[in-house]
Amino acid sequence: MSKKSTPARSGQDTDMLLACYRGMLRIRKVEQRLSKLFADKEIPGFIHLSIGQESVPVAISRHLRDTDTIAATHRGHGQALAKGIDLTGFVAEMMGREHGICRGRGGSMHIADAKLGMLGANGIVGGGISLATGSALAHKLAGNGDLAVCYFGDGALAEGIFHECLNLAALWSLPVLFACENNGWGEFSRTDRQFCGSLERLAGAFGVPYRYADGLDVIEVTDVAGTLIAQMREDRRPAVLECRVERFHGHYEGDPQKYRDPAEMALLAERDPLARARQALTAAGVDTARFEALEAEIEAEIDAAVAEARAAPIPDFAAASADVYAQA
Amino acid sequence: MEQLRFGQAIGKALADAMEADPKVILLGEDIGEAGGPFGVTRGLYQRFGAQRVFDFPISEAALVGTAAGAALSGLRPVAEIMFMDFCTLAMDAIVNQAAKAHFMFGGQTAVPIVVRAPHGGGVNAGAQHSQCLEAWFAHVPGLTVVCPATPADAYGLLRTAIASPDPVLYIENKALYARKGEFPDTPAAIPFGQARTARAGRDVTVVTYGAALYQAEAAATQAAEKGIDVEIIDLRSLQPWDEAGVLASLARTHRLVIFHEAVEAFGVGAEIAARMADVGFDELDAPIVRVGAPFMPTPYAPNLESAFLPDASRLLAAIERVMA
Repeated sequence: MSKKSTPARSGQDTDMLLACYRGMLRIRKVEQRLSKLFADKEIPGFIHLSIGQESVPVAISRHLRDTDTIAATHRGHGQALAKGIDLTGFVAEMMGREHGICRGRGGSMHIADAKLGMLGANGIVGGGISLATGSALAHKLAGNGDLAVCYFGDGALAEGIFHECLNLAALWSLPVLFACENNGWGEFSRTDRQFCGSLERLAGAFGVPYRYADGLDVIEVTDVAGTLIAQMREDRRPAVLECRVERFHGHYEGDPQKYRDPAEMALLAERDPLARARQALTAAGVDTARFEALEAEIEAEIDAAVAEARAAPIPDFAAASADVYAQA
Repeated sequence: MEQLRFGQAIGKALADAMEADPKVILLGEDIGEAGGPFGVTRGLYQRFGAQRVFDFPISEAALVGTAAGAALSGLRPVAEIMFMDFCTLAMDAIVNQAAKAHFMFGGQTAVPIVVRAPHGGGVNAGAQHSQCLEAWFAHVPGLTVVCPATPADAYGLLRTAIASPDPVLYIENKALYARKGEFPDTPAAIPFGQARTARAGRDVTVVTYGAALYQAEAAATQAAEKGIDVEIIDLRSLQPWDEAGVLASLARTHRLVIFHEAVEAFGVGAEIAARMADVGFDELDAPIVRVGAPFMPTPYAPNLESAFLPDASRLLAAIERVMA
């Protein structure tokens, strides 16, 4: 199913690939820093890294407006970053600080930036699916051409809510893109031990357009997502996009992944969308100095965000406990 | 002042809210062309059209989840769960999504949804169509829970619920739909957390809500014949509930009975009893007594269900006990 990235052909293609690469690299570097901060106990709780899956949100977000909405998953750092979440607010939230985008009340699994149309990351597998579907209903009634993106993993394929919402979105013709980051693992178990269907056939059963894109190839995902999204803005119908990706880290950070075959793990480096993109860029004439400059620029941005987050105050319990209801 | 049926008052509140705010939409099974399983939404589909009144598939998890998602994107959906028992299928949307979004996201968002849920027995509908599950929801931070007993309160609380930025469980007892009551010429919204004194009395406070109010009134009439003057507090709101109002009544009567149709164990009455045993300890001249349904599923056969449902005679026995 996977194929090698086609080397960028024109200057325009190279610019786009470079932009995608930068977006993916930024997510990768941020998550690598989160991993370090978690190991150093500067981030509490659970975090679920999307290293290896960066191509999907980067590609999709290239076609989104600020007013389009997204429902993110528990493995949704990349989804939030690609939508444009402020990095300092993001890091501060991970670190449980008052200046976190959710004032330290949500954390990794509940991160949201409402002004960017984020319906929230979700600690419940499949929990965001109906939220995105409902958001699509709001878009449709508003008649504004916006759409909702529902990110989910293959681990949600057996959740009833997915089947309910696929039906509803088709029945009512709602502009929601069901975007499956299929990493082959539902938590600690292989997908083929959890789901015996096929997402393509499931979409077909409801008459929903389905497209597959190789998640190792960010350009392919960008093209396929672009086609689907352009069509959705026209016909206000749902669509399903499935992308095969790899989960480099464990289900949660610190998961030793003893359930995974070492031989398969050894092959992961070959299945890295960033490495593929870099190869293609190198072939197109992008030199090492350019890559190093990109890395330095991103690391500096992350350093600044982490420093600011560290300096931020911890949240006040009284203020948090007084804000359970929106009604003052 | 005209007479209106309880179900009609709910329908009028929905219509008036939809008239006042184009963001109010209705989602529910059979609520559109069919007019609703209990006729509450009759005429609304014809009046407001298919872009405001949505016949939802039998798909309760998606029903409430979609309502919550639409609310996060600016609408004010009112979702009807056909029988409150079916809330079990929508619990993730209610408890994990709608109830928590405002808090989890640091106050950035609100989820202004109303979930209308008919509860209550008395129609031999059996164990999966009769339950009073309000205590579950009152236990979840972020949710508001109301349960009106009169047409005027049904209207006023629903208008407040729809205008609220927070998710509200609006619980309506099926047995009340056809019941007529006084309805003001200019009905007003009723704030959450304010109980109503349904009957003033000196000797014992009975706290109740929903359809149980009418059994309480019957018991109070019987008690009066025995020289016991009962004060009835109709809570109307369960979360938040009017602790100050109940305490003020207890401070007058010094005796407290809590009466509801829901199963007594771990019910709404347990919370009220615990709070009054704490903040009202010095006022009490007798133990606080609860009267609710026994700890069993709602049975089907008419004689079994009659024995199951808390009634005026059981309440009267409790009143006499605290007066002894």
